[in-house]
Amino acid sequence: MKYLVYTLIAFGFWLLFTFNLSIQNIIVGLVISILTVVFLGSYFVADVGKLGQPLRYYWFIVYVFIFAWECLKANLDVAYRILQVNMPIEPGIVKVKTVLKTDVARATLANSITMTPGTITIDMKDDTLFVHWIYVPSGNPTEYTHQVVGRFEKYIKKIFE
Amino acid sequence: MSDLLGVIFISIGIIFNILGCLGLIRLPDVYNRLQSSTKCVTLGTCSILLGVLMFFGFNSIGVKALFCIPLLFFTSTVGAHALARGAYWFGVKLADKTKIDEYKDLVKSAKEGGTA
Repeated sequence: MKYLVYTLIAFGFWLLFTFNLSIQNIIVGLVISILTVVFLGSYFVADVGKLGQPLRYYWFIVYVFIFAWECLKANLDVAYRILQVNMPIEPGIVKVKTVLKTDVARATLANSITMTPGTITIDMKDDTLFVHWIYVPSGNPTEYTHQVVGRFEKYIKKIFE
Repeated sequence: MSDLLGVIFISIGIIFNILGCLGLIRLPDVYNRLQSSTKCVTLGTCSILLGVLMFFGFNSIGVKALFCIPLLFFTSTVGAHALARGAYWFGVKLADKTKIDEYKDLVKSAKEGGTA
């Protein structure tokens, strides 16, 4: 069941990517999707039953818009710092805990952090994330990082867990 | 109308790409340079791809451009993470301006324990 769903997803992706409905293309796509799933399917261990729950897609769409807005703000912020003559940067590495459990959710959180306000996820050990800031917030950095992470965690939890 | 939108998106993308490259030259160390190269360059390239989608509409070229966005997104974030982690474990120093480093202890203990 799991492998069938993966094959269908891979095949759909192939069709959209090649955008060509001739017989040869469909055969090649099927063979390649089956081969990919046979070789790599076992690494992808998410629970496919979750794909059938429509509420998750709703939260996913909400998340995409919130994320795009955050991403734009982050870019303007980094661009502003680069263009200053004296470059107001105060880099540093902060550690932060996450409440997410599954691998997919954690990976999504790490990717989201990398794309937003001046931060890069350097490493993840169990439930601790190490985040590099381009401008470490004054006051209590750990507290502030918690707020940033918590904003994404809320949605990711609804989507993936 | 859609041509105009396409031109606007592509211009924004090019501006962000230029800023990203400028940051790559100006910022002090590996980690800060990765910040500018992932954020600005990824958003710039996504914007250019959206502009291409606006130009061509939902045909074979536009849909391919649209599907490149998530691919670019995941590869660039994972790539940045891997480069930053690799640089840290290899021993690349942080810039002098760095205020705090809470990652140091973990790497140190792992290196002394002999497990990477």
